[in-house]
Amino acid sequence: MGGSPDISKKQLDHPLDDLIRTDRLPHIWCAGCGIGTVFSSCLTAIKASELELNNISMVSGIGCSGRAAGYVKLDSFHTTHGRAIPFATGLKLGNPDLNVIVFSGDGDLFAIGGNHMIHAARRNMDITVICVNNLNYGMTGGQVAATTPHMAKSTTTPSGNPEDPFNLPLLAYASGATYVARWTMLHTRELTSSIQEAILKKGFSFIEVLSPCPVNYGRRNKEKALDTLKLYQEKTIIRNGAIPAGLDIDFSKEVVLGKFVDVERDTYIERYEKICRQES
Amino acid sequence: MSKILAITGAGAMSQAMRQINPDVVPAFPITPSTQVVEDFSQFVADGLVDTEFITVESEHSAMSACIGASIAGGRVMTATSSAGMALMWEMLYVASSMRQPVVLTLINRAMSAPINIHADHSDSMGARDAGWIQLYSESNQEAYDNLIMAPRIAEASDVRLPIMICLDGFIISHCVQTMQMEDDDKVREFIGEFKPAYSLLDTENPVSWGALDLQDYYIEHKRAQHMAMQNAKESIKLVSEEFYQCFGRKYELFESYCLDDAERVIIAINSIAGEIKEVVDDLRNKGEKVGLLKIRSFRPFPYEEIAESLKSAKIVTVLDRSESMGAYGPLFTEIRTALFDVPDRPMVYNRMFGLGGRELFMSDIQNIFEESNRYLENGKVEKVFDYLNVRGG
Repeated sequence: MGGSPDISKKQLDHPLDDLIRTDRLPHIWCAGCGIGTVFSSCLTAIKASELELNNISMVSGIGCSGRAAGYVKLDSFHTTHGRAIPFATGLKLGNPDLNVIVFSGDGDLFAIGGNHMIHAARRNMDITVICVNNLNYGMTGGQVAATTPHMAKSTTTPSGNPEDPFNLPLLAYASGATYVARWTMLHTRELTSSIQEAILKKGFSFIEVLSPCPVNYGRRNKEKALDTLKLYQEKTIIRNGAIPAGLDIDFSKEVVLGKFVDVERDTYIERYEKICRQES
Repeated sequence: MSKILAITGAGAMSQAMRQINPDVVPAFPITPSTQVVEDFSQFVADGLVDTEFITVESEHSAMSACIGASIAGGRVMTATSSAGMALMWEMLYVASSMRQPVVLTLINRAMSAPINIHADHSDSMGARDAGWIQLYSESNQEAYDNLIMAPRIAEASDVRLPIMICLDGFIISHCVQTMQMEDDDKVREFIGEFKPAYSLLDTENPVSWGALDLQDYYIEHKRAQHMAMQNAKESIKLVSEEFYQCFGRKYELFESYCLDDAERVIIAINSIAGEIKEVVDDLRNKGEKVGLLKIRSFRPFPYEEIAESLKSAKIVTVLDRSESMGAYGPLFTEIRTALFDVPDRPMVYNRMFGLGGRELFMSDIQNIFEESNRYLENGKVEKVFDYLNVRGG
C-alpha cells in the first residue's frame, strides 16, 4: 500500500484528454451550449468502437459545431461552409480504409450544404454524418436556418419565421441513408451507443442531435438553457423504427427520438469496384 | 432631418439601405457583413421599409435571387463578405452581363484558407474582372455616402451595371464612428424611382434573358459591357457632384490628399488611408513634401486622371492589401500602367500589407516614407516588391 493517491492530478486528467488537442482549449462554445456534450459522446463512441485511431478522420464545415475538427486529436479537416460532406467524400475515396466522420451543424449541412447531404446519401457513401441541430445559425449570431421552427424568432425573422423547417431524418431516409437516428444531447447514453453503431456500420449513416443554443436561439424564443433540457426530457419519446414522415419537431406536442432506419445497401465504393473496375 | 450618429460601419450601411428602401433584399449571413442584413430585417419587421426580405440558403442563391428580382423590375440590394462573395462568383458575372444594377455592400474580409475573418481585399480584388463597378470607402461616412450614391450610379441608362460598395471588415464594419445621416426624404428624393429598362413584369413587351450567345454575338455583348463600364466613370462623377450639391460632401474618382506638390506619395485603398493622412499631416508640418492618393473607384479605373494628379510625384509607394501570387499586387499593376505614358514618370514600387487583418501602424507608415526618401536620394528602388510587417521577411 502506498501513500494517499494524488487526487489533484487525477482531477486534472479527463478520460478523453488523449483525443483532444488540449492546446486549443478553452473552446469557443458558450455556457449552456450542447455541442460539447455531443462532441464528448462522439469521442467516447470512437474509443468504444475500438477502431484503429490512425484510420479515423473527422471532417467539419463552418459554424460552432464545425470547430470540433479543430479540437479533436485525430487527422481532422476544418473545411469551408457547407462542404464538409464533399471534402469527406474525397477523403473516403482517396483512402477507402479510412473511417470518416462528419461532425457539423444544421446550418452547414442542410442550408448552404444541403445539396451535398442528399447526394452522399443517394450514393450511399460510407461515411457517418453527425448533425448538431440547434435550430439556428449560432455562430453568425442567431439567424434563421433551414431547421428553424415555423414562427420562431431569429435575428433575421424578428416577427417569426414564415417558413417550415426540414424534417432531417425524413430527408436522410428519402435520400437513401442506410442508418438514420435522432437523439438530443440529453440522451447521452443512447446517443453515444448510436454513434458507435453508426461508425461501425457500412454505408451512409446520419444522426441528428438536438442541442440547445441558449445565447442565440433560446434568448429570442424565451427558452433558457435549462428549459430546453426540460423539453428534451419531458417532451421527447423514444420510438425506434418510427416512420420518418412523422418526425417533424414540435415541442408543443412530442418529439420522437430513436433509430428509424437501419438497412443494408451496396455502398458507393462497392458498386464502383463492381461496375467500373470490373476486369473485362 | 439630417443628424449626427455614432454608428458602426455595418450599421451605417443598413441605415442607407433603409433610406433607399429597395424592393427586394435576398441575404445570407456571413461575418463581418451580418449586421447589415440583421439590422435590415428588423427594419422590415418594424414596417420601416416596403422591402421583400428573403432569407435564402446560401450566397449563390442570394445573388441568383437578386438577379431574378432585378430582372423582374425591382431595385435590389444585398450584403456579403469573403467566402460569401466567392460563392456568388458565377452569379456576379451573370448580374453584370445581364446588365442588372444590383447594389452590393461588400465588407472586405480575407479569403480562406486558413480561415480568417479579418480585413483584406482579396475578396473584391478577386472579383475585379466580374464587370461590377467597385467603389471603396475609408470611413463609415464615406461607405454610407457611397451606398446612397450607388443606385443612381448603377442605374444610369448608359451604364446599367451592378455596383459593389467596399469597406474594411471589423476596422470599419464593427467600429463606431460619428457620421452624418441625411434626412430620409431628402435621400429618397436624391435617389428617385427606379425605372428598369426592360422588365419581366411588362407583359406588353415580353423579353427573354440569358439566351445562348456564341461566336455570333457574345463578343459584342462583352464590348458593350466594357463601354458601359467606361460610361460609369462619368456616372460616378455626375452623381458625386449632385451628391455634393445636395449634401455638401465632395467625392471624386479618387481622393487627392496633399498631392499638389507632393514628391513622395503613397497610394492606398480603404481604411488605412486614415492613418496615412495622419502621418502625412505630421510630415507636412515638418516641411516634407508627402501626400496620399486614395482610390475610390477601382472599377472603372481612372488611369488618365491618376496620371495627371501624380505630375509632381517623384516616387510612389503602392500599398496592396490583397495578394496576386506570382504577380505584383492588383493596385500596383494598375498604377504602374497609369504611369507608363507619363513623361518623367516617377519611380514606383509595391508593398503588400495587412493580409488577414494584420495591423499596419502609423510608425510603419512613417517607415514607408523614410524608405521612399532613401530610394529617392539613391535614385533607385531597391526592392520593387516586398511585404510589410511579416515574420521571416
